[in-house]
Amino acid sequence: MMSQFFHHLILGIQSGGIYALVALGYTMVYGIIRLINFAHGDFVMIGAYISIAVIPFLSATGVPLWFCLLISLPLCAFLGAVVERLAYKPLRRSPKLSALITAIAVSILLKNLAALFFGSAPLPFPNTLDLPPINLAGISVSAVTWVTVTVSVAVMAALEIFIRKSRTGLAMRAVSENPDAAVLMGINSDRTIRSTFVIGAALASIASFFYCSSYALAEPYMGTMLGLKAFIAAVLGGTGSITGAMLGGILIGIVESFTKAYISSQLSDAVVFVILILVLLIKPSGIMGKMQREKV
Amino acid sequence: MLYVNGLSVNYGVIRALKKVSFVVNKGEIVSLIGANGAGKTTIMKALAKLLPLSDGAVSFGEHDLSLVPAHNVVSLGMALVPEGRQVFSSMTVEENLRLGGYSVRERHSSELSRVYGLFPRLRERRRQPAGTLSGGEQQMLAVGRALMSKPELLLIDELSMGLSPLLSKELMKSVQSLNADGMTILLVEQNAKAALSVSDRAYVLETGSIVLEGKGKDLLGNEQVRKSYLGG
Repeated sequence: MMSQFFHHLILGIQSGGIYALVALGYTMVYGIIRLINFAHGDFVMIGAYISIAVIPFLSATGVPLWFCLLISLPLCAFLGAVVERLAYKPLRRSPKLSALITAIAVSILLKNLAALFFGSAPLPFPNTLDLPPINLAGISVSAVTWVTVTVSVAVMAALEIFIRKSRTGLAMRAVSENPDAAVLMGINSDRTIRSTFVIGAALASIASFFYCSSYALAEPYMGTMLGLKAFIAAVLGGTGSITGAMLGGILIGIVESFTKAYISSQLSDAVVFVILILVLLIKPSGIMGKMQREKV
Repeated sequence: MLYVNGLSVNYGVIRALKKVSFVVNKGEIVSLIGANGAGKTTIMKALAKLLPLSDGAVSFGEHDLSLVPAHNVVSLGMALVPEGRQVFSSMTVEENLRLGGYSVRERHSSELSRVYGLFPRLRERRRQPAGTLSGGEQQMLAVGRALMSKPELLLIDELSMGLSPLLSKELMKSVQSLNADGMTILLVEQNAKAALSVSDRAYVLETGSIVLEGKGKDLLGNEQVRKSYLGG
């Protein structure tokens, strides 16, 4: 009974870690330019197809298959910068709604490009993590699960330190809080905004790797539901808050896993959306959301 | 050091500055005084390139400022203490200061200790979010943050606004001591008396144009200035 509970908890943290990695991209971009980047979830899909495209070459040369992440990560990051430059930067001074509509357009474009090049039927994603399961307090935890949990927690901790301590992290927080004053410090806000997109897309490619490792499929629309849930995680945590996105992601994952285990696997999506409604009704600023104090 | 020649700035169709010319020489304290809306803050924002220059030439040392993007101004050696302080309120005092030194890529320890020496209260509160500081402390932080970039010319927009007379005096003294150590200062002030008494030279602005200029002490005694800005 108890071991069942822990097993579902760990599975929840596994998918929660994936949601959190994606939620970070939403929340960081929102924090810096107040844009909900609806195309963000599709970077998970892009990462998956890049991996699928390079895996045959890797297996032909005998390189471990998880190296596909080392290729999809920089490519996704680069594509994040390209999309920012082409789609969002020209709209920096336009109404927020224009950027939002553009984000939806980018999302549709990415999905259709993927369908064009790879077809709209799901493609199998090979098993890239050939590691033994480990035994944790009497429960056997599969390699995909423990690697996902460990790596996503480590990546999030690294990100937190990067944002707190590094020069770029400091610049990101400065631009997000007061863009005019940030310019006075000598911060190039265009470059800082671009690095936010780059980091977001890189995190999405890591999420993509783990997501595909457990679901073993890639299709053009895979980013939609995953992106939506990650977005809910970002709202739950408090949009704009990095720690909040991590917490929100993991909470959503756990709730989903317990719903599947103890209530009904068909209801798990619905429960996540109920969470969104409840957050918006009860505490729209989210768990870690800052109170927006107005100065008179 | 700073040459402003025929500077005009438009806000949409409104011409906020009309052919303003002035000079700041190395080692001076120069102040711009004038009523609300005379264009003082517009000049400061234009110098920091936060506003586009519509017309005229502005040069700082050998650099033509019209060619410099806003985020590169500070690395030329010109730092602005903006109106309303504009500290990063959710970040700690020390993070604010580190951001002030963003354009200087090396370690900031000597600059930090210099700022803390000038404003010991900032050292006491260095782990506190800047938003929790009092108005006077935030102004010290804004000045300290600008100093972190090792500027040759410090632009200060409204040093004493919203501060008690005692605090204003204290901050004016800090500005004088910075100047005594060789820093050139361009000061914008509504408190004309305080500004004129510390300035080498001053310019009086009225509705976007310079109407009077002279030595700080002479302007203090000028009949027109006394009437308009010093309360009779």
